[in-house]
Amino acid sequence: MPTSLQSMPRADDGAPVSKTENIVEVRDITKFYGTDVHALEKINLGIPVGQMTTFLGPSGCGKTTLLKIIAGLLEPTSGEILIKGAPVSGPGPERAFVFQDFALLPWATVLRNVAFGLELRHEAKNEREKVARHYIAEVGISGFEQKYPHELSGGMRQRVGLARALAVNAEVLLMDEPFSAVDEQTRRKFQEDLLHLLAVEKKTVIFVTHSIEEAVYLSDQIVLLSPRPGRIHSIIRPEISRDAGPDEIRRDKNYLDHVEEIWQDLRKYLE
Amino acid sequence: MATTIGLSNAEKSEASAFGLSKITLYQLLSILGLFALWEIGGLVPISVAFPTFSETTVALFEMIADGRMIAAYADTLKPLLIGIGISAGFGVTLGVAMGLNRRFQWFWEPIFIVLQAAPVAALIPLITFIYGIGLAAKVVAVIILALPIIVLNSYKAVRNASASLIQMCQSFQGTRLQQIWKVIIPNASPVIFAGLRLGVAAGFIGVILAELLITPTGIGDLITYHRSVAEYAEMYAAVFSVIVFSAITVGSLERAETRFFRPDKKVGR
Amino acid sequence: MILFGRQIPAFFSLLIWGGIWEIVGQLDLVFIFPPLSSVLVALVEVAQRRDFHEAAAVSLKAFSIGMGFAITGGIFIGFLMGRVETADKVLGMWVNIFASAPLSSLVPVLMLLFGLGQLTIIVTVILFSIWIIALDTYAGVRHISPSLEEMGKSFGASRWQLLYKVLFWAALPEILAGVRMGLIRAVKGIVIGQLLVAVVALGRMFQTYSRSFLMEEFWALTLILFVFALGFSSLIGLLEHRVEYYAGTRI
Repeated sequence: MPTSLQSMPRADDGAPVSKTENIVEVRDITKFYGTDVHALEKINLGIPVGQMTTFLGPSGCGKTTLLKIIAGLLEPTSGEILIKGAPVSGPGPERAFVFQDFALLPWATVLRNVAFGLELRHEAKNEREKVARHYIAEVGISGFEQKYPHELSGGMRQRVGLARALAVNAEVLLMDEPFSAVDEQTRRKFQEDLLHLLAVEKKTVIFVTHSIEEAVYLSDQIVLLSPRPGRIHSIIRPEISRDAGPDEIRRDKNYLDHVEEIWQDLRKYLE
Repeated sequence: MATTIGLSNAEKSEASAFGLSKITLYQLLSILGLFALWEIGGLVPISVAFPTFSETTVALFEMIADGRMIAAYADTLKPLLIGIGISAGFGVTLGVAMGLNRRFQWFWEPIFIVLQAAPVAALIPLITFIYGIGLAAKVVAVIILALPIIVLNSYKAVRNASASLIQMCQSFQGTRLQQIWKVIIPNASPVIFAGLRLGVAAGFIGVILAELLITPTGIGDLITYHRSVAEYAEMYAAVFSVIVFSAITVGSLERAETRFFRPDKKVGR
Repeated sequence: MILFGRQIPAFFSLLIWGGIWEIVGQLDLVFIFPPLSSVLVALVEVAQRRDFHEAAAVSLKAFSIGMGFAITGGIFIGFLMGRVETADKVLGMWVNIFASAPLSSLVPVLMLLFGLGQLTIIVTVILFSIWIIALDTYAGVRHISPSLEEMGKSFGASRWQLLYKVLFWAALPEILAGVRMGLIRAVKGIVIGQLLVAVVALGRMFQTYSRSFLMEEFWALTLILFVFALGFSSLIGLLEHRVEYYAGTRI
């Protein structure tokens, strides 16, 4: 049975992954756009280190807003974000963002795009290109270093975006619906590759999606958000064994039950 | 959807196999057709002041051969280049500043919108009163026509710089200066360059107008002089050369734009 | 801009520019810049003169006739280019050449062919404005989503119905933008034409004022033209605003 908690930032409720510390703490975050658009209401949340946390919810639930507040790209109206216990304002080197629309520089090659985060830190050209090449290989697009973004498919562009985020060696990866602009086949392949990659890289990932299947398939922790204003509806830990292959997982009863349960939870917001 | 795109691409590649030359052929035919009509119109003649195409071409080559045309173009292009240089330097700087700074924008945008929409050509006769009829007057004429369009394009280019790229730069802790130099300006440069191209076209109008109205020199003088002595073939040759010259200049600027600034629009990679 | 916690509308900066003009004028630095206040006095006076009314009527007539031809012709050429591949390549070349050519150099030729009268002015207006209208219409037609056209066809629309019930409306935002730009260019064209012909209407008044150093009147006339150009273009802008919500992306 899934473990549902009402707005509880605790991660230690008897699950095998207990005793893990929270690398990111979200405290009482409230966000208004202007005076009348109430996007988020008093969000409290802990993101356990080394795990994949997904924000899932219908459109308008403020999931991207919350992610951008954690990234420091948006100012919360009230509340604070703690990284490793210390409050932060604005972006920092411990977090790297993967954008929904990729946000690649169209005038720069794949190599320069991937190295861009390091370029901004004034790292030497040789050094940063060495790092970039490593991550280009790691996301599986070797051989495309000198291509321009417009010469790549959507899926490959997002791999560039991911390599760029990995290259700055941040502990937390923030991914804003990274697969929404690519087709379903590419998306599935990308999800599998992402899981492999994270097993190697040991990052903490916060992932925004509107796909229930994607959330259940990828996550250690799913934060279900309800809309207008965005509130935490429940937190679910799917506890799916990652040892099985992707095809087994997608046929796993536990996986299917979670998908169904979340759908039952979310459908009431559609009526 | 996917199939229609695939189909039209297939159609296109088929057309380029032997159809591209067909298009060029049509274009050449349309040019020849126009020249033929011109020739016939001159033979009729539709007016005493309408020389044939062949007379005009002969006059054109004579004028090039005896150096009159070249001297005239030197006279016309010098103020054009100076004027565009000044407008580009000042206009791009101001436009970029307006795009980056709200106060700048508040102060400068309305006046340039007025100047771009208004028929400022009316002011050209006044220039003489301050700058006489020399080089300076022509330079000023170029600037008043070219500057507003350059400023406004640079401003719009910066204002419309991709919000997501700026956010990307922020998320990697880029400083404001890095954001401007590494993201905003490269992102804006195609539109800024397009503004410069429009500025050249506008400046060309300005310099010709100044030559026709106030300072009888350069290519404008060739037009007025040959009209006054009723050498219509020479006059038409001068006008014809202006149109051709501007078509070539603007065309090659456009090509340079695609080549250097929009690799994504380059065809046939 | 926000000053003392209040939003100051953008056109207020024009008042500052007006103030600068007034000061420069009062200081008598350059004789071609009389104080704005005396220009405004002259404006009221000029606006009441009979020769101005006649000149304005003549110019307005040339303007309307020219614009009529330019709008019809421009939309026609634009649609042709947008719908027929060969027309796109062949006409496109000419339209692009003339859209950016220094057409002021053609006016002397027009004066020879069409005389020193209204006809030359009308042709100038058409020449200045038709190309941009054609280019924008073309952009609009090219923006139309293929599925919209397929929808029309699948519901059995005839070619004509498709054209005036679907395609025209789908391209309307860009067409209006083109007409607005065309208007602005036409006003410039009429001024350039009349300055060069210089014996009719406003052109003659401009010449008289500048020859006799009547700077107040000269600027008054210029201001009237500015206001006319801006007023007309914002009128079209209002129309444009009503269809903006489905306009294609523009730069």
